[in-house]
Amino acid sequence: MTTIPETLVTIAYLVAGLLFIFSLGGLSAQESARRGNVFGMVGMLIAVLVTTFGPRVTSYTVLTGALVTGGAIGAALASRVGMTSMPQMVAILHSFVGAAAVLVGLATALDHSVRLYGAEATIHEVEIALGIFVGAITFTGSVVAYGKLQGLIGSKPLLLPGRHLINLIAFLGCLYLGFLFITYGDYFPPLWPLLAITGVACLLGILLVMAIGGADMPVVVSMLNSYSGWAAAAAGFMLENDLLIITGALVGSSGAILSYIMCRAMNRSFLSVILGGFGAEEGAAPAAGAQPAGEVKSITAEETAELLREAKSVIVVPGYGLAVAQAQHPLYELTQILRDRGVEVRFAIHPVAGRLPGHMNVLLAEARVPYDIVFEMEEVNEDFPDTDVAIVIGANDIVNPGALDDPSSPIYGMPILEVWKAKTCIVSKRGMASGYAGVDNPLFYKQNTRMLFGDAKQTVVKLIAELKTALSH
Amino acid sequence: MTTEALIMAIVIFTLSTFLGVELIGRVPPTLHTPLMSGANAVSGITIVGALIIAGSDLGWISTYLGFVAIVLAMMNVAGGYAVTDRMLGMFKSGPEEKR
Repeated sequence: MTTIPETLVTIAYLVAGLLFIFSLGGLSAQESARRGNVFGMVGMLIAVLVTTFGPRVTSYTVLTGALVTGGAIGAALASRVGMTSMPQMVAILHSFVGAAAVLVGLATALDHSVRLYGAEATIHEVEIALGIFVGAITFTGSVVAYGKLQGLIGSKPLLLPGRHLINLIAFLGCLYLGFLFITYGDYFPPLWPLLAITGVACLLGILLVMAIGGADMPVVVSMLNSYSGWAAAAAGFMLENDLLIITGALVGSSGAILSYIMCRAMNRSFLSVILGGFGAEEGAAPAAGAQPAGEVKSITAEETAELLREAKSVIVVPGYGLAVAQAQHPLYELTQILRDRGVEVRFAIHPVAGRLPGHMNVLLAEARVPYDIVFEMEEVNEDFPDTDVAIVIGANDIVNPGALDDPSSPIYGMPILEVWKAKTCIVSKRGMASGYAGVDNPLFYKQNTRMLFGDAKQTVVKLIAELKTALSH
Repeated sequence: MTTEALIMAIVIFTLSTFLGVELIGRVPPTLHTPLMSGANAVSGITIVGALIIAGSDLGWISTYLGFVAIVLAMMNVAGGYAVTDRMLGMFKSGPEEKR
């Protein structure tokens, strides 16, 4: 088979790198996003082809089988997944990158074809150890995140006594093992320190993510996204491959920024999220605090339909409960009925609603809700006083007024959607259980709040039925 | 990698990180989920490393490790791009929805 010369490979890698940049750039607007994604695919195709037919690959026996197998499994996974399960899907995909990075690192260490000396050997070994460390944490961390999001593992944070100390010891252990591997001398170092790093880092990944609760998952998944990028970049350093370095760095920084945006939206520091335990420790304390004043007033579907019929403007605030109940499709039908009657219906999305950044947006997009009636928190928060009805579906902490006026609340300082400023605020909820943060929600006791108890999906379906019968008369 | 090559690689790495920061800052929150799955597909670029390992005749252990790495990375690439494309296809603007 003819081989593509090295210079041409380098140029092709540059083109692929540019296409990846365009693909991320395309995501700055809905109109260009899909085309951008195609750029990314083309870039990946170029990278795979020139690598396969480039000078560094000489044996083709296993390549085709591996590419086809992986491609088929990946495509099958992607074609089946529903938008509700998107967070799990992204988490499990991260774990694949992490595992692949570990394997590439181990195999590189086994490569004894070129012997390196002095500084070169040290650099190479640092790169391998680092790549394996990051890859292994990404791998197990993502698997645990997947388990929590999928409901296979309880979403409550697991708080081992002295967990910070255990994590620190594990980290220092990896550092020491890496040091052993690197200082072994100019001979080919043995593999066992790397295997030990793999083991300890895998354990560390599990411990780190087990300590983080379900609702903090947006931050964790973004962080793992970032790690998967850094792992790819480390592989690039190992193999002296610029394309891997560029791409890994792009992905690494993208994940880091998303984590930062999520943390800012919760008014919490990145460190406090990552160290975990939120909602479990604080959850017990506020129980002693004062019960919010006022009483809880419930409302029936019939009365709610009545209110909606009279309304001129409605804002819907969806939360994770909407995804769990799969209520997005009937919700769209309800929206259509109201809009056909000339009611202005808008959706207000809190930055941390759902289990993945932007989760609510894809969920609504799946239900065919046009994106120009879906707004960010800052865009609509001032419009609540001019709104007749605000409907909160499956959300709790993101509409908790305690975040604004109760300094003792664990979520104090977090920007929230001020739904109680609407004339009437309907809260669709299964029961009076508190939200993820474990705090009582004074919203439920407000004078103009009405609780609409029941499963979100059944509630919306009932509302549709009530509206339809009322309108047919 | 020589020390000079390392410095060069670090320069490339740093510039790319900052480029990433610039690009991602422009993505609206609506598209954060597709951004994540798209970025995830891109990080499947590890496949290039896996291909080199599996295809360089480094002995059966390395070839085997490389094989598994290719499968994993390819799952990520194919799954990531396909799911991103599906998601982006769902985003519709208002007017065409009117019946």
